[in-house]
Amino acid sequence: MHNFTIKKSLAALVVGGLASMGLVTQTLAAEPLKVGFIYVGPTGDHGWSYEHDQARQAMQKELGDKVITTYVESVPEGADAQRVITKLATSGHGLIFTTSFGYMNPTLKVAKRFKKVKFEHATGFKRSKNLSTYSARFYEGRYVIGHIAGRMTKSNVLGYIASFPIPEVIRGINATVIAARKVNPDVTVKVVWVNSWFDPGKEADAAKTLIDQGADIILQHTDSPAPMQTAEKRGVWAVGQASDMSKFGPNAQLTAIIDNWAPYYIERTKAVLDGTWKEKDTFGGFKSGMVKLAPYNKKMPKDVVDLAESVRIAIEQETVHPFQGPIKGQDGKIIVKDGEIIDMGQLLGMNFYVEGVVGSIPK
Amino acid sequence: MDGTDIVVSAALTIITAATPLVFAALGELVVEKSGVLNLGVEGMMVVGAIMAFATGVTTENAFLAILVGALSGALVGGLFGFLVLVLLSNQVATGLALTIFGIGLSALVGHGFVGVTFAGVPSLYIPLLTDIPIIGTILFGQDLMVYMSVAFAIGIGWFLKSTRAGLILRAVGENHDAAHAIGYPVIRVRFMAVLFGGAMAGLGGAYLSLVYTPLWVENMTAGRGWIALALVVFAAWRPGRAFFGAYLFGGITIIQLHVQGVGWAIPSQLLSMLPYLVTIIVLVVISRDSGKQRLSAPASLGKIFYAAS
Repeated sequence: MHNFTIKKSLAALVVGGLASMGLVTQTLAAEPLKVGFIYVGPTGDHGWSYEHDQARQAMQKELGDKVITTYVESVPEGADAQRVITKLATSGHGLIFTTSFGYMNPTLKVAKRFKKVKFEHATGFKRSKNLSTYSARFYEGRYVIGHIAGRMTKSNVLGYIASFPIPEVIRGINATVIAARKVNPDVTVKVVWVNSWFDPGKEADAAKTLIDQGADIILQHTDSPAPMQTAEKRGVWAVGQASDMSKFGPNAQLTAIIDNWAPYYIERTKAVLDGTWKEKDTFGGFKSGMVKLAPYNKKMPKDVVDLAESVRIAIEQETVHPFQGPIKGQDGKIIVKDGEIIDMGQLLGMNFYVEGVVGSIPK
Repeated sequence: MDGTDIVVSAALTIITAATPLVFAALGELVVEKSGVLNLGVEGMMVVGAIMAFATGVTTENAFLAILVGALSGALVGGLFGFLVLVLLSNQVATGLALTIFGIGLSALVGHGFVGVTFAGVPSLYIPLLTDIPIIGTILFGQDLMVYMSVAFAIGIGWFLKSTRAGLILRAVGENHDAAHAIGYPVIRVRFMAVLFGGAMAGLGGAYLSLVYTPLWVENMTAGRGWIALALVVFAAWRPGRAFFGAYLFGGITIIQLHVQGVGWAIPSQLLSMLPYLVTIIVLVVISRDSGKQRLSAPASLGKIFYAAS
């Protein structure tokens, strides 16, 4: 009797245990995945961080109640970032996107401590088992824009507002110049460095300066819409950065390079949900839809639109590479031979100007 | 575009770059002259910027927008005044907190105004005068706020130097105990100075969001409040010099951009540093005589006033 009771209660315990375990797995499956984002700027910068946040919202919309997303904005790069990423990792996030180059080392450190959490770092190059990297081939967009600018300029001077002399920015300048000189060999590009990603006043000053010095198309690799607005006011063309800026320059904007992170964020979050997530490096361009162009200005002649589209499609189909030889340096020396394509190391670590750029890279 | 055109348009750009600094620096100068150190200029500026922009967009009235920018700056300044003058909190810490508060508050208020555009403040146009070559647009073709900034520089200089009220304000800033003993209302004088400083910072912010770059983006003051603070010390608490300092700073900022555009082989980091570097050099030169420099700083600056009975 006694024995029997024990057996019975044991059985009950086992059954109960199993049931509750089943229950647990069930609740686990129903429990949404928490996905965290950290941004370097405010979501209202209307540029870089804004587009990352748009992609977060698109992902949330697509995956509905399967995910809960949270974000922390204006996180300085460095020690603070590590604290914020750790906080996200300890508060039950299963996937964390860190969206600025300077978050690279903090992300790696936190990733080593939290093996079960998946990390995704934008524009970096350090990976580990639970840390992937992703970036976009913005230079593909710049190459199309170079064709447009080369055809649209009357003064043959393009003005380029640059942020910091890092390879990504230099690559953009070179891609623009190479393309512009293909369709118009007389084009030169004036570059002004503002040493900031985001300072609307300074960016506007730089745009005014370049226009005063004869530039009739303003290109920017900084994040605020101020240069676009200045171009609109002064009656010259401009190309938007990171986001469609036509609101700020309805007449001035020729097109804009749009960072489109949404498909990637959806794909990677789905992979975590399915359990198929693996660390990898993604460098997407037109083909994967990570880089897009805003609608062309209606005042652009049809042949220029056709040219731009043909170049875009050629890049998408990989029949054209923006850094295909012959590429000459500022001193006229050949850097990439005729017919060859620049090697990946040179592309990623670009630290030279091509022929046609005025000035020298700040050292 | 020929040489003179470039000079004229560079001059116009310099005026826009200097004007917000003139407002903010002059306001802070008056505050410091009364013996209060308000490090929250950046915060008051950015609140002035969003409030002016929001008003401008909703009412499409530039004058009202400027007014609201000034009032909201004064309101935030009043908060600071209440904390440091009535509750006697630490001025440095409260000022820093005010900056952080201002940036946060403006982002919250400005949430719905991202991506909205504003037509801007109309510029003056006087037939004949504005058409004079070269100096015409520089002297007679500016927007209202530029003339306001010049008027304030002259007015504040006159007020501090030649009026009885200015003398009382300076007395409070030099020795609040003595001023109190004579019977001047130290707290009230300081409170008014702080309100005025807030309004001026608000005007500086309004200039940014209404004229400089007529749009709203978070944190758009981008450190100009801190430059204004430095300019006050640079100017040795003299309004004329603060005005000059703002134009010097603005001038070098714009000229370094022109130098880059021409393609001179000077590192851009050095050029970006130049306005600050020149400010420091001038500061060193004008304050060689340390005794004189000490004399120009209000003696009670930053000290808490306890109204002993």
